[in-house]
Amino acid sequence: MATIKEDIAARFPKATFDEADVLLINIPDDQLHELARSLRDDFGYDFLITIVGVDRKDSLGAIYFLSSTTQHTEISFQVTTTDREHPAFESIADLWSIATIYEREIFDFYGIIFLNNPDMRRLFLNIDWKGYPLRKDYDMESNNILSTESERQSDFTNVYTRGADGKIEVAEKAVFKPNDFVVNIGPQHPATHGVLRFRTAVDGEMITKIDVYMGYIHRGIEKLCESLGYPQTLHYTDRMDYFSAHNYHHGLCLCIERAAGIEVPRRAQVIRVIMDELSRIASHCLFFGTYCMDLGATTMLFYTLRVREQILDIMTKTCGARMTFNYDCIGGVMADVDPDFVKDVKALLATLPANLKEYNKLFVGNVIAEGRLENMGNMSREHAIQWGVTGPSGRASGWSCDVRKTHPYAVYNEVQFDEIVMQEGDSMARFKARILEIEQSARIIEQLIDNIPEGEVLAKVPKVLKLPVGHWFQLVEGCRGLFGVYIESDGGTSPVRMKFVTPSLNLAAVVDSITTGNKIADLITIAGSLDYIVPDMDR
Amino acid sequence: MPYEAFKDNEYIENLVQELQASGTNVLVGSLDKLINWGRSNSLWPLTFATSCCGIEFVSLGAARFDMARFGWEVARSSPRQADFMMVAGTIVGRMVPVFRRLYDQLAEPKYVIACGGCAISGGPFKRSYHVAKGIEDIVPVDVFVPGCPPCPEAMIYGIMQLSRKVKVERFFGGVNRQEKEQDFVKEHPVAAEAEKIING
Repeated sequence: MATIKEDIAARFPKATFDEADVLLINIPDDQLHELARSLRDDFGYDFLITIVGVDRKDSLGAIYFLSSTTQHTEISFQVTTTDREHPAFESIADLWSIATIYEREIFDFYGIIFLNNPDMRRLFLNIDWKGYPLRKDYDMESNNILSTESERQSDFTNVYTRGADGKIEVAEKAVFKPNDFVVNIGPQHPATHGVLRFRTAVDGEMITKIDVYMGYIHRGIEKLCESLGYPQTLHYTDRMDYFSAHNYHHGLCLCIERAAGIEVPRRAQVIRVIMDELSRIASHCLFFGTYCMDLGATTMLFYTLRVREQILDIMTKTCGARMTFNYDCIGGVMADVDPDFVKDVKALLATLPANLKEYNKLFVGNVIAEGRLENMGNMSREHAIQWGVTGPSGRASGWSCDVRKTHPYAVYNEVQFDEIVMQEGDSMARFKARILEIEQSARIIEQLIDNIPEGEVLAKVPKVLKLPVGHWFQLVEGCRGLFGVYIESDGGTSPVRMKFVTPSLNLAAVVDSITTGNKIADLITIAGSLDYIVPDMDR
Repeated sequence: MPYEAFKDNEYIENLVQELQASGTNVLVGSLDKLINWGRSNSLWPLTFATSCCGIEFVSLGAARFDMARFGWEVARSSPRQADFMMVAGTIVGRMVPVFRRLYDQLAEPKYVIACGGCAISGGPFKRSYHVAKGIEDIVPVDVFVPGCPPCPEAMIYGIMQLSRKVKVERFFGGVNRQEKEQDFVKEHPVAAEAEKIING
């Protein structure tokens, strides 16, 4: 780390450094683009994890988190401005495609303009929305959300550039080409898996462009977290990706525990990992069922939900709920496992191979399935990294990005399992990767279920939890990909900024580029194979 | 399920009393009974889910809970074929116009079940800048099913309450009328103006 720091200090004399768990470089905004390019090309930080917008009352800023796909290390850099009227930074959308979406999100939340971003619209909120909700001085009642008037639609987007005299100039740009025929799909559509909307431009049957329109379930979770105590913020992670409830809880708990210096008992760590993997099996089973339903094979849902219900029964006995468990808590888990837990999990593992065999027999070799999935929606490894597509979808494109392997947490470094990496990168590979992951999850549980150590399940945690001044970043593997938490604290009981990095945003953003050139009938099968969750992308 | 096992029986009794007080023709009354028997046993929901509750709704349709055995046969994807709408999930600002339009597109007589904390009051997101504090501000609600999310059994109970309500309604001249005239005038100020001119 020291050498990178020295290298950067030599190239960018104006940069200052802030040693945290992830090295933070402070950079003036005129060198932002240059630094980003240098980190990507010269230092190998080729994956943009996220961009976090922050409002520190006297200044607005953006923190960029980068990761290296070969070294598996992280680095971050930050730009700030004191201009609250017209804050503007240089865009890095030409370096990473996904930055277009990240920058739109920050524009939506903080009103920071990114110069030269090809598509500077709001992402989640209406065109006519007043103010920027994540700014600290935003008036929560300033917009009427109960209006039943249809929202104003625009076919134009803005591109901001800096003119010769240093002033910011705006140019209007059409989203679609003048002769495009645009078909609207969603938000109320049974195959978009939630309230997501695709404005699809077609030429005959061929898709030429998709404008993904989100925000139909944007609940403002990040803003809500800023007014709550740390233990309270946990409950929102359940409701983003409700299939990865345990995994997301785990991620946020790890981040807070690291910040507060709490040691988690080993028994709790093992239980957490078992719960994470059970969630993964349940999640992939539901994906299996709903995806086959999208293709017209309705009966598969009934077969796969059988396993899911069996897992939900195990969860109900221990956590007391079928979904939104709130089981992991800061310092361990809420309660010890049910006396029948080990027996039930073993029964599940015993029936799982037979079930998987049955699914494969019923669906995977099917000629219709093969015809509709093979060679559809191809995504290369570079493409996946450009768009930050992680999880089974990224691994199906040959990108080994499993956080359980690259940044092992809890007891993942003590168990044997294979990371499923496939090379094809089509819908079929994404589909198969999930089935194979079920087997690996079962393998992890098998190794742990007999070896749950005795002892406490909850460490001693102060009633009122305060984190020291600082910032922390934590990555875990959700069911759909990389889940990240960024916490910034000023020493109080609630965070200054809590940002959730969710995989579904990237999965939805990539739909445009991998469906272009395919038939509109395949849009549902390609988008379905990515398995995004809409409340997860909208937060 | 026996009558005593249900909660909120006074509500149904009040409805029955109201019906008896207004009095009705024997023929129309018998036809009402026949039609309501059919209607209450074949309530078809609209596939409408925004978040977590929607997944429990999927479980409700699958083999274990199997809502089809109660006659709530299949979830329809088109509002024109559905009888009621199970609002499963949070309704946010951008969704409000879409949601209201879906409700308007349901054919009369139509019903709404507010399912889960978010649909009832905004739930855990009550203080957010973009979340509607309950759907009652947007559409009239017939049944509330609390929970976060409600378990499928609770949803079954909620829909059973709805079918009990359907059973005691007046169909002819009652719920099958497309729109109450006053409501129509209120929502269409142009029509009110025209009416004024005609009446002098």
